[in-house]
Amino acid sequence: MVEGLRYRDDAAHEEPAVTLDAFLDQSNATAVRLESDEDARKLLPFLDRLALIEVAFPAFRDGRGYSAARILREAGYEGELRAAGDVLVDQIHYMRRCGFDAFAPDKPLDPKAVERALNRYSNVYQKAADGGAPAWKLRHG
Amino acid sequence: MYKYDTYDQSIVDARVEEFRDQVARRMSGELSEDQFKPLRLMNGLYLQLHAYMLRVAIPYGTLDGRQMRMLAHIARKYDKGYGHFTTRQNIQYNWIELKDAGDILADLATVEMHAIQTSGNCIRNTTSDQYAGAAADEVADPRPWAELLRQWSTFHPEFSYLPRKFKVAIIASDDDRAAMRLHDIGLQLTKNEAGETGFKVFVGGGMGRTPMVAPLIREFLPAADYLSYLEACLRVYNRYGRRDNIYKARIKILVHEIGADEYRRQVEKEFLHVKTLGIDPPAEEFERINAFFQPPAWEEGLSDELALSDPDFKLWVDQNVFAHKQPGYAIATISLKPIGGIPGDASAEQIDLMADLAETYSFDELRVTHAQNIVLPHVRKADLHTIWQKLDAAGLAAANLDLISDIIACPGLDYCSLANARSIPVAQKISARFADREADLGELKLKISGCINACGHHHAGHIGILGVDRKGTENYQLLLGGSGAEDASLGRITGPGFDEDGIVDAIERTLDRYVATREPGERFLDTYRRVGFETFKEAIYG
Amino acid sequence: MKIATGNDLATGDVVWWDGEGWTRHVEDATEVSDHGAGLIAREEAARRVNGPYIIDAEATPHGPRPAHIKDRIRARGPTVRPDLNRAPIDPATGSWVI
Repeated sequence: MVEGLRYRDDAAHEEPAVTLDAFLDQSNATAVRLESDEDARKLLPFLDRLALIEVAFPAFRDGRGYSAARILREAGYEGELRAAGDVLVDQIHYMRRCGFDAFAPDKPLDPKAVERALNRYSNVYQKAADGGAPAWKLRHG
Repeated sequence: MYKYDTYDQSIVDARVEEFRDQVARRMSGELSEDQFKPLRLMNGLYLQLHAYMLRVAIPYGTLDGRQMRMLAHIARKYDKGYGHFTTRQNIQYNWIELKDAGDILADLATVEMHAIQTSGNCIRNTTSDQYAGAAADEVADPRPWAELLRQWSTFHPEFSYLPRKFKVAIIASDDDRAAMRLHDIGLQLTKNEAGETGFKVFVGGGMGRTPMVAPLIREFLPAADYLSYLEACLRVYNRYGRRDNIYKARIKILVHEIGADEYRRQVEKEFLHVKTLGIDPPAEEFERINAFFQPPAWEEGLSDELALSDPDFKLWVDQNVFAHKQPGYAIATISLKPIGGIPGDASAEQIDLMADLAETYSFDELRVTHAQNIVLPHVRKADLHTIWQKLDAAGLAAANLDLISDIIACPGLDYCSLANARSIPVAQKISARFADREADLGELKLKISGCINACGHHHAGHIGILGVDRKGTENYQLLLGGSGAEDASLGRITGPGFDEDGIVDAIERTLDRYVATREPGERFLDTYRRVGFETFKEAIYG
Repeated sequence: MKIATGNDLATGDVVWWDGEGWTRHVEDATEVSDHGAGLIAREEAARRVNGPYIIDAEATPHGPRPAHIKDRIRARGPTVRPDLNRAPIDPATGSWVI
């Protein structure tokens, strides 16, 4: 079992994530945590100085974080995007596709189960934030 | 109809393996019921009163003989020999065992079928007009667009944990045969003045505790922007739909609370952004899908004559057969509402027979209607009599389409753990009581729900019945004046509820008042709208 | 009286606590009185039952009769499909449910 998963080549960011309110107040923070009811677009003016954005999943049924992640990636954010909280292996694939590249689940995950989950679907129907080619692209080039 | 390519098949096959894995983890205890429940719901597996219930998807209500036979096979092998066709054009099996679920999905996958997203807080089966591709009044067949939507919505990574369920319907005619205005998103295929194809987009309809007719959000959405716009609609909902109260979590509440204008403003803004992402497939993808929906090889020059000397056959033709756009052809509805029977149920033998009839007489195609009947869409008029005889021998020839015995009823407390009251016995009593008056009563869409979740669409019934729990006993409220057609309206509760016999008597008083008050050519709904609620309330309660 | 009911995890069958295990026959259900909550929690954690809960029932010569019609329907089967109902002890099983 592992407590955290990370799919990045760079070193893990050391600085702790501050709250959104604190971040918008401070000028020098480089890591921020977004709660599930907070607006990811508030971070858009500051993306180039953020190295880590943590998005909260207080309950896995609360799917707002998926939209937050895609919005941040669509705006060009390239730093670490971490899903934290009630994250089960069954959501990891969707989260990766929405642009998450790190996970801090409340309950440890079995890395073998995560690998199985990530490799299970060799095809997808939609273009998302992970750059994977949807079926229509493979069909028509 | 659409046929899978290797990409489609790989996705369904992977899902089968994923679900087997999830079931194994539940059986071993690695997943609790609380963790497993949303996962099994996203695969259409409920835990109901008697057993697990599996809801199999029938995309936009279209299937072929081979698929129909598989549905019969599943009924025989894994269930108790029957299935139930639903108000969302799907089929349900009531006696499923969890340990068989993986095998059932594997069997379905061999004929390009699945149970993906037939429940859960995700985008459900997109429904459509059961006469698509056959009716003369459609702008074009809406089903290629439904297929595009099916693919786009399947395992959509951003929209799989929505605030609540999400239901889309798409039609292509001014006549609304799919209750489109009562969906979370309703789409009407249309052409603008320049002759370009696009959609009217309605958002925020629905039934349940707070029924609403969807307001128009976009007058004309060009075809090229179809999926981008839907993406924007869903993203606004995913971000801002209420998550604090499950009874306030549908998109209709969001649209109602912020107002249609504000919802539209947010969607249009998001749409401009989404459009830059290139998520719309190229026109070639639509053309590829559309090629599967070309008209079948109809014979030319067939006669439109029909020998109607047999009075029972004539009754069936007059009631259940709809005009086809190709001369010499017809659209035939098979009633799953035998007088006194269980609405929407079909035995495995009946399902096999319908598969046979489709293969022999309807270019191997069938449709499921949201009124829980089956349609053979492309039948030669010359074959209607033979078809009718075979249906009659199997108890499938009730000549009651849109008559009072053509009842929409949810499974109710006989099957469903959410229900407050039984709905099927009420349907049976109504059907038996009024069957011999029904031709005279004319079009009368009666809909019964066993609880406020409204799976029986009672708000959209000309006469609607809602089962409630009144101090531990079953009680039934009567509603009048609803409609799921293009003249969409919501039924109004008449007053205090009744017991099971009382509701049938109350309906009789309602119908007697209709007959006494109607003008020539008026349906019950027309008379109700003309003379008003109070007249009928007085007839019911005195 | 109070009895415990739920569904079998693997099959979904309706089951009732009979004092030692989970039976498909409501007439064998036993009183769980004040130890029901702990019992069903233990049984659910061991996966010997799924989604259990405690209900009121009337003690009759033929065994417990659940107080709510929903649980009587669970015990017997859909009222509209008598052919699928469990073999009743009481021939007037219709009135037992309704």
